[in-house]
Order: sequence, then C-alpha cells, then structure tokens
Amino acid sequence: MATDNRGLDNQSQELFGQTPSQTVGPFFHYGLPWKGGADLVGQSGMGARPDLFPPEHCVLNVAPPHARPEGEVIEITGRVIDGEGQPVPDAMVEIWQANAAGRYASPDDVRSDVPLDPGFIGFGRAATGADGVYRFRTIRPGRVPGAGNVLQAPHIAVSVFGRGLLKRLATRLYFAGGEGNEEDPVLALVPAERRATLLAEPQALGAWRFDIVLQGDGETVFFDL
Amino acid sequence: MSLVIPYAREDAGQPPSLYPDYRSTVLRSPRQPLVHIPPTLTEVTGPAGCWDRLMGDALADLTAQHRAPPQGQRIVVSGRVLDETARPVPDTVIEIWQANAAGRYIHSKDDWDAPLDPNFTGAGRVVTDGEGRYRFVTVRPGAYPWGNHHNAWRPAHIHLSLLGPGFATRLVTQLYFPDDPLIEIDPIANAVPMPYRQRLVVRFDIDTTVPNWALGYLFDIVLRGRQATPMEDDHGH
Ligand SMILES: [Fe+2]
Repeated sequence: MATDNRGLDNQSQELFGQTPSQTVGPFFHYGLPWKGGADLVGQSGMGARPDLFPPEHCVLNVAPPHARPEGEVIEITGRVIDGEGQPVPDAMVEIWQANAAGRYASPDDVRSDVPLDPGFIGFGRAATGADGVYRFRTIRPGRVPGAGNVLQAPHIAVSVFGRGLLKRLATRLYFAGGEGNEEDPVLALVPAERRATLLAEPQALGAWRFDIVLQGDGETVFFDL
Repeated sequence: MSLVIPYAREDAGQPPSLYPDYRSTVLRSPRQPLVHIPPTLTEVTGPAGCWDRLMGDALADLTAQHRAPPQGQRIVVSGRVLDETARPVPDTVIEIWQANAAGRYIHSKDDWDAPLDPNFTGAGRVVTDGEGRYRFVTVRPGAYPWGNHHNAWRPAHIHLSLLGPGFATRLVTQLYFPDDPLIEIDPIANAVPMPYRQRLVVRFDIDTTVPNWALGYLFDIVLRGRQATPMEDDHGH
C-alpha cells in the first residue's frame, strides 16, 4: 500500500529541509519590482511596470535617496527570449555585483582593505517590458577574488524569474573584451563554444547589450550553484 | 585572501525546471545542462541587512493599506526563516503578494471576472527579527482558474520572495492551505515531488490565532544552509 503523505505539512519535523521553489507567476508586478529598483546610480523609476496595475495599488516604496556611486556609469539592456525565439514579457531579472573598487556591500565580504561605497549596494531588479526587454543603470564593477586566489574578471551575477520558471535561473554577465576574461576561473568552466552567451556586447558609449536566451539556439549558460 | 563558506546545493525537494504538465515550462526551461561552478565571493554575498535602503519600510499588514478593511477571512501568517541546520536567518526580507479573497489579482492582465476589492492590493513586505521570526496579516486568498488545461484552477496560495544572506540563497515560493482539494491536481504544486510538496502547506495553529480577530497559520521557510567548514579561496579548480 502506498504511503499517504498528505497528512504531512510545513511543520512536520520529518519533512524538514529546503523550502521548494515555485514560479513567480504572471502577476508579480505590483508586488516585486519597485520604482527605481533597476537604477543603481540615480533616482529614476526604472524597473517597475506601473502600466500593469492602477496607481492606487502602488503600495511599494520608491527606492530611498542615496549618494551617487563612484565609478563608470553603464547601462545594460537585453531581451529575454524563449525556446521559439519569442520575447518573454513577464520575466523579472535581478543583478548582484561588486562596487567599482571590487567590494560587495555584504557582511560576508570581510575584506576591509577594499573600500565600501556608501552610495552603492549593488542589487537591482527589473521587470521585462511587453517587448521582453529589461534595462539597468549601474556602474561597471571592479574585480573580486575567485578560486585559486586569482582575480575574477569583472562580472555581474544575474537571476531570471518568470511565469513558467519553477526555479530561479542563475547566470553571469561578463563584459566582452573585459580585463581578465581570458583567465577567469568561472568562464574557464564553461564550454568554449558557449562562453559568448555570457558576454555583454558594447553598443554606444557605456551601453551594453545582454540578451538572455532561456532555451534553444544560443541558449544562455545557466549555473548550478 | 578571503574565506568562502559555500552553501549546500539543492536538496531532493526542489522541482525540475521542465515539468510539462505545467505547460509554460516547455518553452522556458533550459535544454542544456546547468554548469556547476564552485562558490566564489559573488555567490556567498548578498544585500543582507540593506533591504530598507533598497526598498523602503516594512508593510506587514495587507489589510490596512486602504480606506476600509478588505473583504474576506482575516488571517495571520507567521513562522521563522531558518537554514538547513535549523539556525535562524535574522534581518532578512520576505516580499509577499497574492490574489484577493475572491481569487482576483489587481493586475491588469488578470481578466477573470471575479470582483476586485478597492480595499485590497495584496502586496506586502516583512523582515525577520533576531530569531528569524516574521508575521504578517492578510486575508485568505481565493482559488482562481487559469489556462493551463481544461478546468484548471490554482489552489489558494500566497507568493513569497526571499533574498536570504547570499546570491545562492535566493528563493521564490508559494504557500498553500491545508485541506485544499486543488493542491492534488495543481501542476505547479506537484512539480515538487512528494512528500516534499507538503513543505509548502501551512499548518493551522490555535496559538497563532488571535481571539475574536484572525485565524493563525504557521509557515517556516528553510533556505539553503552553509556547509560546516570554510573553504579557502585558494583551492585549485
Ligand atoms: Fe498566483
């Protein structure tokens, strides 16, 4: 006779372990991407989708004021694309990165010899538009140490969420032609023919393009962390 | 040199990316294998303790955001955020969003004709205390139909999003209610293999229930934990 587990629940000690991931679904826009969440430099409303719900239901705060961060301001845009090459209009992209000096604003980065920047946290969140495009304004990160105690090339950690994504997809953005890409220990683990999917391409001055292909031709490399 | 304490990898309770019964996964899940990378400072750090500088204040009462109380059954959801070794995760943000008591989202793409409630948005945010505890007040959401297959209905659920201490601990999930017959036939809940699916089902708790005011439910959230021994960064690869 099959065991009936339906009597178990969240509080059952025998089930204790990682909470399973679930999709964000299609209706997260009034709950997650706040105004300014995609602008790590200034005070714009970038990142939110106020077109998707009435203004009286905008209860999330606007990002509080902060000092202008040090470093080279860059803009990153890209399209999230599905397995048929169609844009994904209900995805959410998050970034996490070091400041211009290569320090993370995190209690787990204990390197006191590399300065923090009071104007920079390094976390951003953007919903894609109807055209599947997301956009961030941030600063170009500095280099941080990696395995083997070599410096990693400048990079930004990227998470992708959406309807149809039962789990967060994790990837990295590197800068095409960037200092240290050749000896970066993480890029070295990626099959050579797929490395280009992790390289943002320069557009106009300070503008970088980073498409995220969820499936199929040119599928972005996603990581098992 | 810096120490990197890696986080544990996924346990058996995580869903696959491709689960064809949930149709939207078919064109949106990767076909190539994931590339395993050793944790670096990038993966073990995160904006811990900075949530208020990012997003603003806590919004722990979803029933007090408009002129009058919303329609529906008032509930309290409370619990702890822990890691896999049952250590509390303090000062971490939980973002919350849900449908109203009729099962309708205020989102303009939700075209189901169940009534909207002008007194309910369904978005909030709480932060854990020093013992990893959190608590929020809302109304019990309704079930709603969706287009996945004929006569498909989502069980009543609340969406939750957690940053945790590092990039590696990021989690988005949904909680469900006990004795909801729709859980058994919901492809999103059932993408999580049994018995682990039941980790997502809250427990009714009379001690969390507030007399003459609100029903109480317990829901603990367990994030990936840190392995016991620090790994020095200068391991070869
Ligand atoms: Fe939902």
